[in-house]
Amino acid sequence: MSTQSSRTAGRLSTLAAALVIARRDFTAILFSRSFLFFLLGPLFPVVVGALAGSVGNHAQSVAPRPVVGVAMEGPAGSRVIEARRQLAPNMGDDLPEFTLVRAAPPAGPEEAGKLLRERHDLAVLMSGTLAHPVLTGPPDHLDQWRGRLALILGHARELRPQALPEVQLDRIVTRNRVDLRHGQVMTAQAGQTLLFLLTMLLAGMVLSNLVEEKGNKIIETLAAAIPMDAVFLGKLFAMLAVSLVGIAVWFAAGMAIHLVAGSALPTLDPPAVGWPLFYVLGIVYFSLGYLVLGSLFLSIGSMAVTVRDVQTMSMPVTMLQLIVFFFASYAMTDTGSAIELLAVAIPFSSPFAMLARAAVSPLLWPHALAIAGQVLCVAVFVRLGAGLFRRRVMKSGPAGGQSRKRGFWRRLRAAS
Amino acid sequence: MPVNIDLGEWAVTGNGDARPLAIEARALVKHFDDFTAVDGVDLAVPEGSIYGILGPNGAGKTTTLRMLVGIIDPDAGVRRVLGHERPHEIASRIGYLPEERGLYPAMKAYEAIAFLGALRGLPLAEGRRRGRALLEAHGLGYAADRQIRQLSKGMAQQVQLLGTLVHEPRLVILDEPFSGLDALNQGKLEGMIRGLADNGATVIFSTHVIAHAERMCDEVAIIAGGKVPFAGPVDVARDRIPPQVLLETRAGDGPWRAAIPADARTARKANGTHHWQFSLPATGVEPLLRALIEGDAGILSLSIERAGLHDAFVAIAGEAAAHALQDGGAGEADR
Repeated sequence: MSTQSSRTAGRLSTLAAALVIARRDFTAILFSRSFLFFLLGPLFPVVVGALAGSVGNHAQSVAPRPVVGVAMEGPAGSRVIEARRQLAPNMGDDLPEFTLVRAAPPAGPEEAGKLLRERHDLAVLMSGTLAHPVLTGPPDHLDQWRGRLALILGHARELRPQALPEVQLDRIVTRNRVDLRHGQVMTAQAGQTLLFLLTMLLAGMVLSNLVEEKGNKIIETLAAAIPMDAVFLGKLFAMLAVSLVGIAVWFAAGMAIHLVAGSALPTLDPPAVGWPLFYVLGIVYFSLGYLVLGSLFLSIGSMAVTVRDVQTMSMPVTMLQLIVFFFASYAMTDTGSAIELLAVAIPFSSPFAMLARAAVSPLLWPHALAIAGQVLCVAVFVRLGAGLFRRRVMKSGPAGGQSRKRGFWRRLRAAS
Repeated sequence: MPVNIDLGEWAVTGNGDARPLAIEARALVKHFDDFTAVDGVDLAVPEGSIYGILGPNGAGKTTTLRMLVGIIDPDAGVRRVLGHERPHEIASRIGYLPEERGLYPAMKAYEAIAFLGALRGLPLAEGRRRGRALLEAHGLGYAADRQIRQLSKGMAQQVQLLGTLVHEPRLVILDEPFSGLDALNQGKLEGMIRGLADNGATVIFSTHVIAHAERMCDEVAIIAGGKVPFAGPVDVARDRIPPQVLLETRAGDGPWRAAIPADARTARKANGTHHWQFSLPATGVEPLLRALIEGDAGILSLSIERAGLHDAFVAIAGEAAAHALQDGGAGEADR
């Protein structure tokens, strides 16, 4: 074997070393069985949601509809039922079913109550006359139907064919500003939620990857050969690449489902910047948000000795991230307010806040500014994280074993 | 394994010895919180030598080696590895086998070797080619495409060792390389280490088994409690203890007794002969012999034995360290 010319420099550059780590991690994760489960992961809530919705719809369809019993003098009962039939096409599902119980009203509330108890299919009983109707039944039904039944009775008093005018319906596609704003807020919320779920899921994966590495005991071999910054960067960017592959697969699957299911799926209003740019910004903000959070999680992983340490230390960060997400969601409702600007300025909430902005505001320059700021934050976080990682990931001697618990808290204090 | 080491020029800090130093460490100190793991270690490892760091568990061997390969930085002191103060700058010239072995379980054996080479700057394709060749050369060719998790612990350890050497390092640092290996593989490893040194590489390894150090090393550093009470050639360590005289006589007493040191150990055997053991007097063996002959001691046998490394270790590091060493090395020394 001859001395190779590729290592004349004596060592790999940090970027080249990071590439070695990233390539290993990327291929190892991509060709593992767990990646398949990772890809299928988001499918489970969708399937469960769809099943739950289907079961709920079925249960609703087979559930008995509430019935109003009519017990009125002479033809009044028939008139009420006819009035209900005429109004139903215009009032849709809001009206309960009507049934004629008898052509004579009950003597009083007691008899009406007795009738209700005997007829289990009746929710309420309508008696009295058209001029003085009486409704008997449980209070919640009375409150719920009082207005609609009064409308039917009013119509029954002047019942005649074609009593209701035909309303001409002119359907137009243009939406007013309020509707549009509401729709874009929904789009912003959907984008934020998706961004949050993805960052949490994938930043957590970085952490488990590092813990696994510590378990494999290969970290010392890595630390001896290349700078720890390179290990840190390699892991961070490998997982980002894995994430982007996952997102691409999910996006493709989503598009396929959209093509097949088409109009059956709920649709979101187009964001203010348009869908193509929204997707691009989504990817950019995801990447930046992930890198900040991933740096934090990797730093945590470097200080942890056991999986339990990792869980203990990552829990507050996860909670904090949840709070940040709620904060960004809240801030989104008032674009341009001090709260929203604060959400944009805080590195952890900035990607969420800015993606929401992309949904509700067509201005592009704030994104350029925010991306520049976030890139700066990412650089700082990655730098700090890599430094902490380098100092803390390798421990030796009895301090690492005999007083491990004490050492853990020391590291935590040092980190803070 | 055929090795062709590049012996190009590199800056050296000499210690007066004609051989340049592969490693020079002065007053290295490392604390972990309030525990001092290494406390002023001095080392001078000549290039091309086999150098042993001998000490019981917890003596500071691993921490010292980690500082030498650049995994951790010393809190105080200076290290120069192949003339560089920052070992990472010359990572491609160093091979390091950590005490806690570890490889990615899902990787194939030849890929694992290539990956370890890639970390040291060897192109992956070349690493794969060499990985297969090395496995073949060491009788593991049949396992080249097996995942690490499918290999026995000993085989995985050999794969990692081959990965440590795949980029043809000039300096090979092995932390407890013999632990976990059976007798056969320990023998193979000894041969491999000698082969590396024969080809000009410097090999430094830590061990708590005196026999390995005594058999293989040109020089040793004895480390105990984070300090190095001795560092130098094995012969010099042995010479710390005067040669021992083992004498067997027919007579038990006489005027010749004056020539035997007062602190000599003595014993009378069942056959009536007398046995003596004492350090060779500073005046040498001749006055002793003369006194024994002239005094008619009836010499049955007399031998002068050089002290072993174990005796030297006891004398240098103390009984407690020697006991710790024996406890740690129990079961491995005879392999």
